Amino acid sequence: MLREILDTFLKFLRTFGAMVLFFVRVFLHSPAVFFSRFPLVIKQVYNAGALSIVIIMVSGLFVGGVLALQAFANLERFNAEDTTGIFAGFALIKEIGPVITALLFAGRAGTALASEIGLMKATDQLSAMEMMAVDPVRYVVIPRFLGGVISMPLLTAVFTTIGLAGAHVVAVEWLGVDVGAYWQQLQQALDMEDVLEGIYKSIVFGIIASLLAVWEGYNAIPTAAGVGRATTRTVVITAIAVLIFDFMITAAVSLR
Amino acid sequence: MTWSRKLSDYLIEVHDVDFARGDRSIFKNLSLTIGRGDVTAVMGPSGTGKTTLLQLITRQLVPDKGRIIVDGVDIASLSQSELYKLRQRFGMLFQNGALLTDMSVFENVAFPLREHTELSERLIRHVVLTKLHAVGLRGAAYLMPGQLSGGMSRRVALARAMVMDPDILIYDEPFVGLDPISMGVIAKLIRQMNDALDLTSIVVSHDVREISEVSDFCYVIADGAVAASGSPDELNADTSALVEQFMHGLADGPVAFHYDAPDYEEQLLGKARGN
Ligand SMILES: Nc1ncnc2c1ncn2[C@@H]1O[C@H](COP(=O)(O)OP(=O)(O)OP(=O)(O)O)[C@@H](O)[C@H]1O
Ligand SMILES: [Mg+2]
Repeated sequence: MLREILDTFLKFLRTFGAMVLFFVRVFLHSPAVFFSRFPLVIKQVYNAGALSIVIIMVSGLFVGGVLALQAFANLERFNAEDTTGIFAGFALIKEIGPVITALLFAGRAGTALASEIGLMKATDQLSAMEMMAVDPVRYVVIPRFLGGVISMPLLTAVFTTIGLAGAHVVAVEWLGVDVGAYWQQLQQALDMEDVLEGIYKSIVFGIIASLLAVWEGYNAIPTAAGVGRATTRTVVITAIAVLIFDFMITAAVSLR
Repeated sequence: MTWSRKLSDYLIEVHDVDFARGDRSIFKNLSLTIGRGDVTAVMGPSGTGKTTLLQLITRQLVPDKGRIIVDGVDIASLSQSELYKLRQRFGMLFQNGALLTDMSVFENVAFPLREHTELSERLIRHVVLTKLHAVGLRGAAYLMPGQLSGGMSRRVALARAMVMDPDILIYDEPFVGLDPISMGVIAKLIRQMNDALDLTSIVVSHDVREISEVSDFCYVIADGAVAASGSPDELNADTSALVEQFMHGLADGPVAFHYDAPDYEEQLLGKARGN
């Protein structure tokens, strides 16, 4: 019993240590890879971005609409429906935009990254690169990591923009909030700091989601079943990590 | 013959290597040498660790104990960049080809050239098509790996392994899945390249007949160590039970066809523990 606990703990430590080493390696080589493998990075930005853009846009539209509906329904009771824009906008820019984008990214691009790298491992492509004296971390892992890191803020911007448009459609076109009031209220209430908070979050989430996806793929057990498991774990672990970090960042910003 | 060799005649030396995967010991005190300029065959039943041995020799895996010397250098002592420099002297044919799936056959063969040389596009084209021609697949240059059969993939992988003009060519089961014609062609190619280009070749294979024809020296690996070694003729004449069984493909003999398992009858009758 005690032995088992100790073994599990040691295994955890070993995995954790390997993870930290991997992350350090990825970070250390990232700047050099960005410049020396620029075309590969751009290709991965395209991959990660193109994969996710449609679901990001559709989700953004509906989430924006829902936020407007909820805000309006509650604000109406206080005759404050003109401030619908503030509520929907704040929620989208600071919270919902970065978080939902990250979760959708994990489900679409993250799984694709993990399974792609895992499959390359299972079919000896990574070993073949090693044998051709090409470092698979630099050739395969880091360009994908960077592609994800660059895509996330862009996707978040798209999500938030479309979300604001969706909220506008619902609040102004449907529920009849005055269009001038809607945007003016939002503009007055919103500080640069609020926008920056959203941007910081999207950057942090981009790093987390991409790093976890490439880690899971690179360390997948090199079989069909192992790759499948790695893919699932990517979504689960990324979702949890994103939500935890979201809480911590929000707490840090609001308690400052 | 082999016993009169000086040390420097060996390009690769494996000394007392232990290696385990998890709790499962794969090698115990394994020692062998690969002669410079030879075609050395490594044979052995499925799952004894032939692929693992190749991975140890190329430091894709690190032994738990023992030393592996390549061209006089202990490979455990190499830094990553030194290791990569050494690996450029190796060409390796993987058991399943291991072509990069997101690029064409042509780009796969060109990949090492693009990574490690500054050759002009025209020269790259020339080299790649020459190598593809040598394996009979020049016509497939613009197919994607997914469009190839298993045997074709292996031949493309062979072209890729040769493209940097390595000193050491390692083949992991080059004959599996090839028709008899390509098998003969590839076997001959292994021999010819070895002699014409002054290479050292290591060939892992089950195909006793094909491999006997082209190799200078053979190792039979079983139970984590070298079970027998010698020239193909010596091994053919060897009457020890294991070698006989292996060289002549007999089902009965010291080499177990079965992976370790509880007694068959007991297990079927449900008596054995752990089902
Ligand atoms: N990644 C791995 N993790 C754990 N065990 C492994 C792994 N790869 C191989 N093994 C085990 O190591 C042993 C040796 O495998 P290896 O692939 O070297 O055999 P082989 O001699 O090449 O067999 P074959 O002729 O079938 O290719 C096998 O019993 C296998 O179960
Ligand atoms: Mg094998």
